[in-house]
Amino acid sequence: MAARLQLGHLVAAALAAAILGTLAAVAWFAGGLGALSEWDWRAVRFTLWQAALSASLSAALAIPVARALARRRFRGRGLLVTLLGAPFILPVIVAIMGLIAVFGRNGVVNEAMRAMGLPEIGIYGWQGVILAHVFFNLPLSVRLILQGWQAIPAERFRLAASLDFAPRDVARHLERPMLRATLPGVWLSVFLVCLTSFTVALALGGGPRATTVELAIYQAFRFDFDLGRAATLGLVQIALCVAALLAARAIALPAGFGAGMDSAMPIPAPRGWPLVVDALVITFAAGFLLWPMVSVITTGLPRIPALPPEVWDAAWRSVIMAVISALLSVGACLALALTIAQGRARWVEVAGMLPLIASPLVLGTGLFILLRGAVSPQQMALPVTVAVNAAMALPFGLRALIPAAQALRADYERLAMSLDLRGWARLRHLTLPRLRRPLGFAAGLAAALSMGDLGVITLFASDQPTLPLKLYQLMNSYRMADAAAASVLLMALSFGLFWLFDRGGRLEP
Amino acid sequence: MRTALALLLMATPVAAQAQSENRVLTVYAEDYIASEWGPGPAIKSGFEAFCDCELRFVTGDILPRLLMEGAGTQADIVFGLNTDVLARARASGLFAPHGQDTSDMSLPIEWDDPIFLPYNWGETAFVYDETRLENPPASFAELLEAEDIRIVIQDPRSSISGLALLFWVKQVYGDEAPEAWAQLAPKVLTVTRGWSESYGMFTSGEADMVLSYTTSPAYHIAAEDDLTKKAAIFPEGHYFMTEVAGQLAGTDQPELAQAFMDWIMTPEFQAEIPLANWSLPAALPQDQWPEVMRDLPRPDVTLFYSEDEAEALRQPALDEWLRAFN
Repeated sequence: MAARLQLGHLVAAALAAAILGTLAAVAWFAGGLGALSEWDWRAVRFTLWQAALSASLSAALAIPVARALARRRFRGRGLLVTLLGAPFILPVIVAIMGLIAVFGRNGVVNEAMRAMGLPEIGIYGWQGVILAHVFFNLPLSVRLILQGWQAIPAERFRLAASLDFAPRDVARHLERPMLRATLPGVWLSVFLVCLTSFTVALALGGGPRATTVELAIYQAFRFDFDLGRAATLGLVQIALCVAALLAARAIALPAGFGAGMDSAMPIPAPRGWPLVVDALVITFAAGFLLWPMVSVITTGLPRIPALPPEVWDAAWRSVIMAVISALLSVGACLALALTIAQGRARWVEVAGMLPLIASPLVLGTGLFILLRGAVSPQQMALPVTVAVNAAMALPFGLRALIPAAQALRADYERLAMSLDLRGWARLRHLTLPRLRRPLGFAAGLAAALSMGDLGVITLFASDQPTLPLKLYQLMNSYRMADAAAASVLLMALSFGLFWLFDRGGRLEP
Repeated sequence: MRTALALLLMATPVAAQAQSENRVLTVYAEDYIASEWGPGPAIKSGFEAFCDCELRFVTGDILPRLLMEGAGTQADIVFGLNTDVLARARASGLFAPHGQDTSDMSLPIEWDDPIFLPYNWGETAFVYDETRLENPPASFAELLEAEDIRIVIQDPRSSISGLALLFWVKQVYGDEAPEAWAQLAPKVLTVTRGWSESYGMFTSGEADMVLSYTTSPAYHIAAEDDLTKKAAIFPEGHYFMTEVAGQLAGTDQPELAQAFMDWIMTPEFQAEIPLANWSLPAALPQDQWPEVMRDLPRPDVTLFYSEDEAEALRQPALDEWLRAFN
C-alpha cells in the first residue's frame, strides 16, 4: 500500500505543479498579475451564474433518467446507455451544428411550432447556452448517477422488498443516501465544465452579454496581449474551482451500503404509472440527446468517402494519440483514486480536479514559456498534447473512480489486510477486477475527449495536424460539406474508442 | 510515460530529413495558410524551385509565439499577420525592412510601410444567398433599418473580421457609431468566436447574412458552380483588410529571407493567391486576375484606418460595441 500511496501523491503533486506552475510562468513572463476591467467582472458573474444553472438542471434532469435506466430492462438498453453518453464526447463545434439543426430558426422544433401555429422558440441567448450545456453534461450526469444506482447492492433492494418497503421507504433508505453521496460530485463536475466554456457560450450566447471568463482570457491573450491579466483571470477560475470543490465536499456523505454478493438481480421495477413515467423519461432523454447527433450524421455521412487522404492521416494520428492519452490518464486516475479513498489527503482530490478549470490557453502558454529554451516546440507538440489531454480527462475519470475506490476500501480493506494481499497481487486480484467498470469508463472518456480536443497545440505548432485541427482547416477554407463529413468521422472515432474501452470494462472476467 | 512517447514518435511519420545543402527558410504562418487547402503548398513548391532551398512552415498562433520567443526566435519570415496586430509586431523591433517598391501595387489604398509587405487583400462585406434573401439591403443605412433580417457576426475580441466590423461601423458612422450599433444589435442572431462558425451558420440556412468578405462569393462560383451567394455592396464603403509578410532582422538566412520578400512581388506568387486564399492579390494588375475575381462586384469606396488610428480606436470602439449589447 505504501508504494501506491506515494504514487497518488506524486501524480497529484505533478498535476498541481503543471497547472499552478504554468499559471505562475505566465504571470512571471508578464511581470506580475494584471488588474481586471469592469467587463472582466461581468464575465465572472455571467460565468458563475450560467455554470450554476447548467449544473443544477443537468443534475436534476439526470435523476429520473438514471432511475428509469437503472430499474428497467428492455431490448437495446445497453446500447442506449452507451449512446446516451455520446453528446459529452462530441467536439463542441459539431454539437453546436447539431443543436442548431434541431432547435435553430430552421430547426425541426421550430418547423413543428410553426406548423402548429405556435410562436417560435429562440435558441440564441442565455437559454441557448444553458440548453447546450445541459445537452453536453446530462449524459455525464446520467452515467455517474446510474453507476451510483447500480452500486447499491441488489441484496439491499431484496431486503427492502422482504420488509415490504413502499417506494417512499426505498427512496428514503436507499436512493436518497446514494444521491446524497453522488449528486454533489456530479453537480461539481458539470459546474466546473461550464466554468471554462468558451465556444458554446460564444456561438449560442447571442452576443457579448454571454461572455465567459475563458473568452476574457482569450481576449487578454489575443486582443490585448496582456499576459498579466490573463494570469489573473486564470487565478480567478482556480479560486472558483476550489471554493466549489470545498462546498461539494461539505455536502457529500458516503452512503455506506456495505458489500453485496454481486448478484445480477435487477433492481425492483414497479409496474403501473411508474412504468409509463419511466418510458416517457427515457424516450424524451433519447430524443433530446440523439436527435442533434442524427442530424449531424445525415448531413455529413454521404461525403465521407470523398474526404482527402490528409484527413485520414490526421484521423489515424489522432486515434493513436487518444489511446496513449487514455492509458496515461487512467493510470494516473487509479493512483489518485486509491490515495483519495484513504481519505487523509484532501489536497490530492483538489489537485485531481484542477485540470478541469485550468484554462487551456494559460496552460499552453505557460508550458511554452517553460519549455521554449529546452526543446524545439515542434518536437514537443504531440507529446505535450497527449499529456495535456490525459490530464484534462482526469477529473471525469476520477468522479467515476473515487466512489468505487471508496466502496472497495470500505468493503474489502480488512479482508485484504487479513490475507496480506498487497502490491501487484492485490492490484491484479482485487483492485483491477473490482474497479474494471469505472476504469473502462474513465479510459473511454479520456480517449474520446482527447480525440475531440484541439488542445494546446496552436502555440506549439506541428506539421502533424490532428483531426480536429483538420476540421477547422476545412471550415476555414469554405469546405463546409467536407467539414461536416470530417465531423461525422471525428464523432464516429471518438464514440468508437469510448465504446471499446467502456465495453472492455463491462465484460465479465 | 517514456514508452508512450516513444510509441507516439514511432507511430507518426518522421519529417523529411532531406535538405538542400542545409538552406532552410523557416516561415511562421497562420494555420489555414499552410493547410493543403490554403496557398501554402503552392508557395512552398514555388519558392523552393525559385531559391534551391527548403521552405518550412511553422503554423499556429504566430504573433503571441513570436513575442514570447523574442530575439531568440527561429523564424526567418512571418507570413499572415493582420493589420490589427502590426503596431504590436512593429513595436517588438524584431523586423527588418522588406526592401520592395510598393508604389505600384494592386491595392485600393496607398501602402508605404517599409517593414510589412501585403500579399493579399479584400474588404469586409455581408454575404447573403439570393434564393433566401430576395431584397437585400442596398446600403449600410438600409441594413440598419431593415426588418426581419438576421445576421451573424464574429466577436471582435477573438476574431480579426469581427474587429474589422468595429472599424467599418466607426468609419461609416463616426461619433454616431453607438446609435448604429443599437440599431444593428437586435438583428444580430449571434456572435461567434471565429469566421468559420459564422459562415457555417450562414450556409446551413440559419442566418440571412453573414459578416464575411467581398471575395467570398468567388469560392462558391469557382469551386461549387453556385451563383446564388452574393456580397451586398454598400455605397458608404467597405473596410479594407490585408495580410502581410515581414522578415526578421535576426534571421540566420538573410539572403533567403530577402529572396522570399522579392518572390512575393512576382506574378508567379501573386497568381496563386486568388483561388487558394480566396482573396485578391496585392501586386498583380487586375487584368491578370482570374475571371471569377475580375467579375466580382467591387465597392466604390474603400475605408481604412492607419495603424496609429486603429490602435487608438480599438479599445473605445470595443467599449461602444460591448455597451450596445449589454
